[in-house]
Amino acid sequence: MTVLDIRDLHVAVDTDEGTTAILRGVDLTIRSGETHAIMGPNGSGKSTLAYSLAGHPKYRVAGGSVTLDGRDVLAMTPDERAKAGLFLAMQYPVEVPGVTVSNFLRTAKTAIDGEAPPLRTWIRDMRAAMEALRMDSSFAERSVNEGFSGGEKKRHEILQMELLRPAVAILDETDSGLDVDALRIVAEGVNRAKAATGLGVMLITHYTRVLQYIRPDRVHVFVAGRIAEQGGAELADRLEAEGYDRFLAGA
Amino acid sequence: MPPVATASRADRPTSYDLAAFPPVTGAEEEWRFTPVERLRALLGPDFHGGSVSVEVDDAGPHPSDPGSPVRVERVGRDDPRLGQTPAPSDRAGAAAWAGFAEATIITVAPGAIVGGPIRVRCRGNGASTPDAIHLAVVAGTNAQATVVLEHSGCANVAETVELQVAEGANVRVLAIHEWDEPSVHTSSHRARLAKDATLAHGVVTLGGGVVRHTADVVFAGPGGTAELLGLNLTDTGHHHEARLFVDHAAAQCTSRVTYKGALLGAGGHSVWVGDVLIRKAAVGTDTYEENRNLVLARGARADSVPNLEIETGEIRGAGHASATGRFDDEQVFYLRSRGIDLATARRLVVHAFFAELIGRLGVAEMTDHLTASVDRALDASMTPAEIPSAAHTDRSEEHARL
Repeated sequence: MTVLDIRDLHVAVDTDEGTTAILRGVDLTIRSGETHAIMGPNGSGKSTLAYSLAGHPKYRVAGGSVTLDGRDVLAMTPDERAKAGLFLAMQYPVEVPGVTVSNFLRTAKTAIDGEAPPLRTWIRDMRAAMEALRMDSSFAERSVNEGFSGGEKKRHEILQMELLRPAVAILDETDSGLDVDALRIVAEGVNRAKAATGLGVMLITHYTRVLQYIRPDRVHVFVAGRIAEQGGAELADRLEAEGYDRFLAGA
Repeated sequence: MPPVATASRADRPTSYDLAAFPPVTGAEEEWRFTPVERLRALLGPDFHGGSVSVEVDDAGPHPSDPGSPVRVERVGRDDPRLGQTPAPSDRAGAAAWAGFAEATIITVAPGAIVGGPIRVRCRGNGASTPDAIHLAVVAGTNAQATVVLEHSGCANVAETVELQVAEGANVRVLAIHEWDEPSVHTSSHRARLAKDATLAHGVVTLGGGVVRHTADVVFAGPGGTAELLGLNLTDTGHHHEARLFVDHAAAQCTSRVTYKGALLGAGGHSVWVGDVLIRKAAVGTDTYEENRNLVLARGARADSVPNLEIETGEIRGAGHASATGRFDDEQVFYLRSRGIDLATARRLVVHAFFAELIGRLGVAEMTDHLTASVDRALDASMTPAEIPSAAHTDRSEEHARL
């Protein structure tokens, strides 16, 4: 059982105009096997939360704590966080020209496990995971994210998640820009990982559509850098009907 | 007024006479990127021998026997086999020619096919006095051989490498610069390819404060093929410059130039200038040159200038490409977020960048060594806390006269 515990997290970014506070006291606990949907309007700080947890250098933690099974996540480098069991599926995955998907995945797997995976089982596992995500085997020899369509990038993120087997995954708008078929394929991947490893999921999304495929245990409405309301899956249905206006008026 | 590359390469004076080249000011087209003061001592006229040793590995059973497929000789300046390639095209080349006391000639007999590489080790003993060394490779008709030139230690040296490739001969040359940090090195490679000759030429620069390499390759007969490959890892304070000239003076010749550089540290500066001249007689020419740079640190600079001049329309193909990419904060973060530490991330990206090129250098005996040396240079270039930034400067200029 893994517990990701976020307490009173404050995060700011430094811009040319000065420091801007974005997260203003986030409290959230995610346990193994749980799926938490983070929903909210654009600009509410959802992606900042995702990147801050993964350790992006652009974001400065101004207060609060994040622990993973009691270990101080905020003191870790991004690679240490990944090794500790965190995974961020990015909204905009980055191109790495020249580095093949196959080489990248194997390097990452070696880094996470602390040893190189046995070649034969690794190739089999990689092929099986790609097939499950309907990715052509030629993908393995393409440069990481270079020339990938939006849907291919998202499937590649989920492929990494399935192969690296994190304890907690943060999915930052993984559903955005996907057609219904791709959405289903990606959601199946998340559900497979949950079943296989008891993955805890922080599912950041703008839309309720993905929640038909990945059922959340809890829904958190994120407004102006903090959680404004929480509930069960039914809260998502209510947001679908009413939108975010109710929260924005009071923000 | 900023210098502009307008003059044709065909009009550039060449000479063995140092006095034919005026003292370098740094404003000249061929010197505008170079930190001239750092290599001033190598521009002549004063050289003192003895600070760089040149040793050739025993290449055959009897290398001194006239009947041996490979002969290695030390000769004086007046040996008639020297100076049979194109004359120097800049003051550095003329100074190196004027400065050497003794030359090493490696002769490959006509028709000889030499299996393993002939290894030449140039080692600097740390003396700061300028030295000049001279090497000539004379490959006879239909001969085949590979020569590896290894440069190490600490030196202040002007070098000439003459490559005479006779009809039908196939010569592979790989020059590796692994100089210690403060070394200053000019190298003038000059090659003459006879009919149907093939030259595979590689230059790897992994170390040395200032390394300025020029290669002048002339097709003196039809049907020749030249491949010029280059790789540089340029760290903080390094200046690594390559100026290439492929002179298509004969018909039906093919040339390919691929140079790739990685800039590892702030203040590192790499320069690539690729001149290709297709003369009026060179019908049926097929040429392509490209330069790619990967910038891994803020404050590093890569200048890249392809120059393609075409004097006849009856060619098979002519093209050039130049591009500078960055390994930026977002790429670093993406890889690190997958558990890959910074040093491994840099290795992953640099290996991917160079992998195909190292394979193409074609000297299997050196591949592992080069890969390990690239890793060593990479690791040496970073401190644990260092994170490369997206901020950098790069410049790319292109001049094509069609």
